[in-house]
Formats: sequence, C-alpha cells, structure tokens
Amino acid sequence: MNPAPYGLIAEFDSPAAVLRAAEKVRDAGFRRWDVFSPFPVHGLDKVMGLKNSLVGWFALVFGGGAFIGSMLIISIMNDFDSPIMAGGKSMFSAPQALVPSYILLVLASAVGAFVGMVALNRFPRLYHPLFKNNRFAMASRDKFFLVIETSDPKFSETETRALLESAGSTHLELAVE
Amino acid sequence: MADSATPLKLLVPPAELRRGLQVPAHRSLGWLTDHLTAMPEGKTPLWWWVLFIPAAFCAAVVLPTMLIYLISTGVGVWGNNVPVAWGWDIINFVWWVGVAHAGTLISAMLFLTRQHWRTAIGRAAEAMTVFAVMCAGLYPAIHIGRVWFAWYLFPIPLTTGMWPQFRSPLMWDVFAVNTYLIVSSLFWYMGLIPDLALLRDRAQTRVRKFLYGLFALGWTGSARQWHNYEKAYLVLSGLATLLVFTVSSIVGMDFATAQLAGWHETIFPFYFVAGAVFCGFGMVLVLLIPLRKWCHLEDIITMRHIDRICKMTLMMSCIMGYIYLMEYFIAWYSGSPYDSWVFGHRLFGRYYWFGGWIMLLVNGLMPQLFWLKKVRQNLVLIFIIAILINIGMWFERFTIIVGSLYQDFLPSNWHPFYPTWVDAGTYLGTLGVFFTMYLLFVRFLPMIAVSEVKAITPHADPHHPLGGAKGAKP
Repeated sequence: MNPAPYGLIAEFDSPAAVLRAAEKVRDAGFRRWDVFSPFPVHGLDKVMGLKNSLVGWFALVFGGGAFIGSMLIISIMNDFDSPIMAGGKSMFSAPQALVPSYILLVLASAVGAFVGMVALNRFPRLYHPLFKNNRFAMASRDKFFLVIETSDPKFSETETRALLESAGSTHLELAVE
Repeated sequence: MADSATPLKLLVPPAELRRGLQVPAHRSLGWLTDHLTAMPEGKTPLWWWVLFIPAAFCAAVVLPTMLIYLISTGVGVWGNNVPVAWGWDIINFVWWVGVAHAGTLISAMLFLTRQHWRTAIGRAAEAMTVFAVMCAGLYPAIHIGRVWFAWYLFPIPLTTGMWPQFRSPLMWDVFAVNTYLIVSSLFWYMGLIPDLALLRDRAQTRVRKFLYGLFALGWTGSARQWHNYEKAYLVLSGLATLLVFTVSSIVGMDFATAQLAGWHETIFPFYFVAGAVFCGFGMVLVLLIPLRKWCHLEDIITMRHIDRICKMTLMMSCIMGYIYLMEYFIAWYSGSPYDSWVFGHRLFGRYYWFGGWIMLLVNGLMPQLFWLKKVRQNLVLIFIIAILINIGMWFERFTIIVGSLYQDFLPSNWHPFYPTWVDAGTYLGTLGVFFTMYLLFVRFLPMIAVSEVKAITPHADPHHPLGGAKGAKP
C-alpha cells in the first residue's frame, strides 16, 4: 500500500520569497499550512495571522500561583506551625516573606514559560512526516519551506501546485505520511 | 490614495552613527551553518585534549577526594576557625556566583535591550553561567558541616515539626541560588533547541541523530513553533534579568545582615551585584579570547565584540572603584571606631593588607587601561587583564570575608586565618568541574547560537536585498 500523502512542500531560497508566497497562500484561503525556516522570519506572524502566544499567560499563572502559595506557606510555617520569637518582631511580616516568595515567583514563571512553550508546540514530538523528506533537512540550514497539508479543504494537487509555482517556489514535492 | 501621499523621506544617519554589520555580509547562511557546527561535528582537536585531561582529573579525582576527606573528618580540615568561621568556602561561593552573573547579563539583559551583538557570545556566556552556578552551589552545601542534614534547608514536612526560618537572608540564599541554577539552565537549554535540531538534521551517525533528536524535542522550525518559542524566550530573559539583580544582592545581604564592621553596610547588595558582573566579564574574556582563535571564530566573535566587552568591563570597574572609595569614606565619615579599624587594617594591617591594595589597584585602577583603544585591540593584554580581574575579585572576597572576621569586637578573640591544602584542593576541584563541563559543551554543542546569528544577517531580513527583497537598494 502506498503511504498517504501528507502535503505539498514548496522550497524557497530567501525569507522575502517565502513571505510573499505566504501572503498568496493566505489570500487563497488555505487553513492548514505552515512555514518552516532556520530562524524566525520577520513579519511572518502577521501574514499568517498568528495571535499573541499564550506562553505569557502560562508564566503569569505559574508565577502568580507560586507567589501567593509561597506567602501562605511561609505564614503557616513561621506563624502557626513553628513560631520562633526573634527580636520581639511579629511572627509574620510581609517584607521578610516577600523575598523568598518573589524568588519562587521568578522560578515558577520561568518553568511556566518553558512548560507553555513545550505544551503549545506539542513537544516532545519526535516523529514528524516531514522528517522523512530529504530536502526538508535544509529547513534548519538555509532554505525556507511552505507546506500545505492535503487535509486542507481547499487542497487540490494541480491547483495548489500551480499556486505555489507561481509564488516562486524553486522546488515542489509531495510529502507522504 | 497611496499614489497621492507624499513619500516618506528617511534621513540617512551620519557615518559615525551608522552601525556596521555584526557578521560580515559576504557570509551566507549556509557558510555560517557549516562553520558554526564545525566544532561539534569535526574531529577533536589536540588543544581540547590538552585542556580536558587535567581539568577532568581535577573534577573526577581531586574534588571527590577532598569532599570525602572533608565530609568524613569535618570542616576542621579547612583553615576556618573562630572567629574566621567563613573562609575559602564562602569566598569561592561568592566568586563563582559572581562569575555566573555576566552570562545572564549578556544573554538576558542585552536581549531585552535589543543589543544584536550579544547573539555571537550569548550562548557561550550562558553556559558559563550554568556551570559556574553549579560550582557555587556546591560550597554552601558542604560548608554546613554535617552535610547529611543539608535537606533541613528546604521546607520539608518533618515529624519534628521544624520549619526553616524565613527571616534569614541565608535561607533566602538557598532559594536564590537554586532558582538561579534552574532558570539559567532552562534559558540555556531553550536557546539550544533550534540548534540541537540543526545538529540532528546534519547528523551522520544514528547515535548522534538519536541523541540530538531526543533533546531537540521534535523541533521543525515551523512559524507556529518559532512564534511560541520567541515569546517564551522573551519571558525567560525578562525573568533571568531579574535574577541578575536578586541573586548577588541576596548574597550581599547574607553579609549585610551581620553586625560585623566591614559587612554591616547598606551598599552591600548593589556592591555584590556590580562585583559579580565585573568578575563575570573578566571570565567571559578569559574564555572567549582563546576559544575564538582555536575554533576559528574570528568572523563571528569579532574585535568589535571584544571591544564592547572591554568597555562593559571598564564601566563595571569604574562602579567598583566608586564603591571601594565610598566604603572607605563612609568608614571614616560614620565615626565608628570599629569601621575605621577594619578599613584601616585593610590597607595597613599586619596580616591581610595586600588584599585591600589588590582591590583598589587591580579591580579599580588597572581596567582603566581599557580607556585606550590600543589596549582594547591587544588580545594578549586583554587576556592578561581579564585573568588579573578574576584574581583581583577573588582577593576582594577574601578581604571582605577574612579581613573583616579575623578581628571582631573582642581582641582576645582575634585570630588570623591560614588556608589548608584541602581549601586549595577543593577550589582546584571546582575549577576542574567548571572547565570540564565547559570543554564538553564546546566539543558537543554549538558554542555560538547558530539560529540567532543567522537571524541577524542581512540574508535573513526579508526587507533587505540579500534577503530577497525586490526593489530595495542595498
């Protein structure tokens, strides 16, 4: 049995070329497509209509939770569970608990940002159909790829191929699952 | 509409304000990729073995021997005594934390301020941070004496019902250093992911492909991945920037909280941050000057980069000089006889007078040579100055710690401090750990952030003719 096709891979030589192609693909109304590049291409987010990444919210929720939790735990530890009178000061005061809580905020936010990046990118995902394509290895070197998946409702092999050719692709290939 | 609008006229900046390219323009993306992965993919060079074998010996033989002897016998094997309860252990702890700081400053703070020149040295500096914090973290753990109780430092529910006392800066320090290690490791690893994917794609053997592929987590370089990645990188660098200021200031508070003349100063948190960054820049220069030559990176880490690091070092040296003078001034101006005594003895005391002079002359005065462009272009001279800065900063911590402790408030208590061979051996061991890890990093991982360097070339800019832009003039 022949493997099912995954998508049409279009290769480009420069970031500007792939950016122009992305504009055309977007205007043609495709949904399931992506651009692969060795570095983030400036302006591509806008062309692809990517909204603000949710990573920041992960960091905020993790960090905020850690800060509040840490203030609470410190007050329970040093105020109720194991109170030690030192210098006649109150058992719990915000300034002394603030420093460790702040450090834990930084720690948890950083972990949150990393977890957010990993989760949103669906890592670890060690297999990808494109890895089987020999030319695709150049995506981390100096080539730029635009891939339109066959599962896109507008996908039709001849028309999509024509569109990508007119967009200036230097090499077109059908990738398989 | 667009035709009738007056075209926007951009003023061309004068020549002295125009910034040159960070990477020579004739270097294509492919050339950069091949060149920057040459070290992890090529044969192991001779110089690597020459450095690695002694470093690994110190890390794998000297350090464990010292630790086993220390733990089985007790901290009495060090030169620590009463009143000098903190000796080389804390000196080296503060020194290693200091070395770490410049890495975070370069990779995080210069990222936030959009200093593109950082891309060439960021990765190497971050690695320095991670390994130096590992060495730093070892000392507090072993200096507590009964190492097997180290877990008392963490808030763990015990049947004894005891909790850590969070009023103490020493407690804050436990959290600060651990957080620093975790956050800087995360930051470093996340920056590595696209380059690990690059090495995976280029791998010639199955083992390499598997290992690099495993740690690359399945990176494809898709725009959606880059989108989340860039956001996470921005958030992480913001958080790491906070740590540049908190970790060393908390280390400074460990001292400032004590009632000891020479330690009990409000300037300490800032003093320690400045000293840390200063010392770290010294270490960056020590590492990068030989590496750029041996790894043939002169086109990537250019003289402009070295020049800028020198200028940063010069600025930090000026801050250090100011703080030193301010300390002496306040010691006199406060009218406290104890302060005057300690600071007088830093320069003219019987035992440790040399420490005070080294602080002033090596850390405050010597880097002023960097005002001269001739010096900033002489790699041998820069290397020597950078080594001396590291030594000078070690002596600064020695002077602050031992110089303040050995004469406390009760003259009958006074006692000088002499280090033992175990002190020296432990320090040598951590130096071995640091250089072993660093050499392994240089050998197996890209020392330069390949994707970041590629991203700042004109070839990567879709609005530049080299990036394929139509109609734009070069």
